[in-house]
Amino acid sequence: MGMTLAEKIISRKIGRVPVPGEIVVMPIDAAMAHDGTAPLMIKSFEAMGAKKVWDNKKAAFVIDHISPSSNEGTSALHKMMRDFAKAHSFQLYDIGEGICHQILPEKGYVFPGGVVVGADSHTCTHGAFAAFSTGIGSTDMAAVFASGKLWFKVPETIRIKIEGTMPINVMSKDAILYSIGEIGADGATYKAVEFCGEAVRKMSMDSRMTMTNMAIEMGGKTGLIASDAITREYLEGRINVPFIELSGDGDADFADTLEIDAGDLEPQLSCPHQVDNVKPVAELEGLPVDQVFIGSCTNGRLEDLRIAVKVLRGKKVKARTIVMPASREIYLGAIKEGLIEELVKAGCAVGVPGCGPCVGGHHGVPSQGENVISTTNRNFKGRMGNAEANVYLASPLTAAYAALKGKVEVPLEA
Amino acid sequence: MELLKGKVWKFGDDISTDLIIPGKYKFKTIDFNELAKHAMEGADPDFSTKVNKGDLIVGGDNFGCGSSREQAPVVIKHSGISAVIAKSFARIFYRNSFNVGLPVVECPELFDNVETGDTLELYLAEGKVIARGRTFTFKPIPPFLMAILQDGGLVEHYRKRGGFIWEKPTR
Repeated sequence: MGMTLAEKIISRKIGRVPVPGEIVVMPIDAAMAHDGTAPLMIKSFEAMGAKKVWDNKKAAFVIDHISPSSNEGTSALHKMMRDFAKAHSFQLYDIGEGICHQILPEKGYVFPGGVVVGADSHTCTHGAFAAFSTGIGSTDMAAVFASGKLWFKVPETIRIKIEGTMPINVMSKDAILYSIGEIGADGATYKAVEFCGEAVRKMSMDSRMTMTNMAIEMGGKTGLIASDAITREYLEGRINVPFIELSGDGDADFADTLEIDAGDLEPQLSCPHQVDNVKPVAELEGLPVDQVFIGSCTNGRLEDLRIAVKVLRGKKVKARTIVMPASREIYLGAIKEGLIEELVKAGCAVGVPGCGPCVGGHHGVPSQGENVISTTNRNFKGRMGNAEANVYLASPLTAAYAALKGKVEVPLEA
Repeated sequence: MELLKGKVWKFGDDISTDLIIPGKYKFKTIDFNELAKHAMEGADPDFSTKVNKGDLIVGGDNFGCGSSREQAPVVIKHSGISAVIAKSFARIFYRNSFNVGLPVVECPELFDNVETGDTLELYLAEGKVIARGRTFTFKPIPPFLMAILQDGGLVEHYRKRGGFIWEKPTR
């Protein structure tokens, strides 16, 4: 019998075939904490009496959640991070560099077969590069910074197989929202989620990262996609380890398989206040929209901005619209392609690369009773900073249409 | 570990870390007593003023889902709660709880047999909980996590042992 992709990566690390449910200890190839989690990690690291960061090439801090700082409390925490990174001589990506989950692959921390931990639940994103990548808390991260290793329970795997070709108005975001609706917010808890099939193989890295980013929204420990020529092309010139192709075996022992015919998919909305409350956009047509956000580690990449511009070029938005590129590299790419100019002309507020309004700390907290269409990954009550606002999650295409029309409408084409 | 006995505060399914400690607070301070004033605020705005030391939380499925913020189990612990018993937990919250020294137990049968205000007796090492005169059993906590808990969390564990128990793993 074959191995799942998660089992394959783990087996390469421990030198034998792992058994789901067993506890294994793995060396860590990259470890990251951001301004929401690093301060507590520093506190734990110092309270432990740990002296040295295990490997200053594998550790990284990112200031992205409240970036730039909006208040003196946050400024003090940011300073604490800068001081710690300097004292231990490892890289800190400061304001304007972008979101941690975009920066790690761009800067070469992520490679197929690697083990990545991040003190952020959306660390599952990096599974798009066939890395075993998962979110942990601050004190677990302090343990990693001190020792370079961590324990993991070998997960079972749920396979999501998407065959065929997606309709022209459907993006990978719609495929993942649909999957979460089917599996439920806790349907994959403790498990890995492996995405495969023709539609996934045809996806760009940008689209794949959207899929794996949201594995946690069904409870998944990591989301995984096989590495192939598309992965290689993205990583070329970024990583300093040999690229390998890794994929799960078709005859592995999967806990469950969800089969989706890509051709049957339609644009989806995740409705307040649970990510798994997913409905087709068609069911909510006409819903008035007050604010639109296009960005985040889910959908703030170049492909997403291109889609938004395709819809908004030469037109004016009716709903107030915030756009934030996920990283400096993407921001520069968007400037070179003329995308930023088009978005600004269309009336969008274009902001600094970072998490933006997704986490509810700044940069666009909605008002009471307002409806927000957001390309982010969570719509929990209070997530965007106001428990009385209604957050709907959508693809950049659906979001751009909502921005243009001031209401929800089924988009025509990507 | 001794008997944990206290009053129950019951919550439903999918209690996210955004409900346990809204994100807007965690970016401003790491003062645990300050943060604990907002414990469970999204689910019950007055929780921190009502809870007494030693009380227990009973939750439904997927307790602690959402962000990886360790501040979630921290504020629960600092509000005075001695343990959380839920039908199931989100995995990062589960790990974080042991790391900060907050006992968490999966016991699906308990949920429908207990209400807010009841008194619970939790025997962690024995793997049983008593509510309304009925005894419910649960799968014992793995020994290495129990050791971290008994040491008072992962920080104390490392200080005490100069290393991590899992560095010598057992299958």
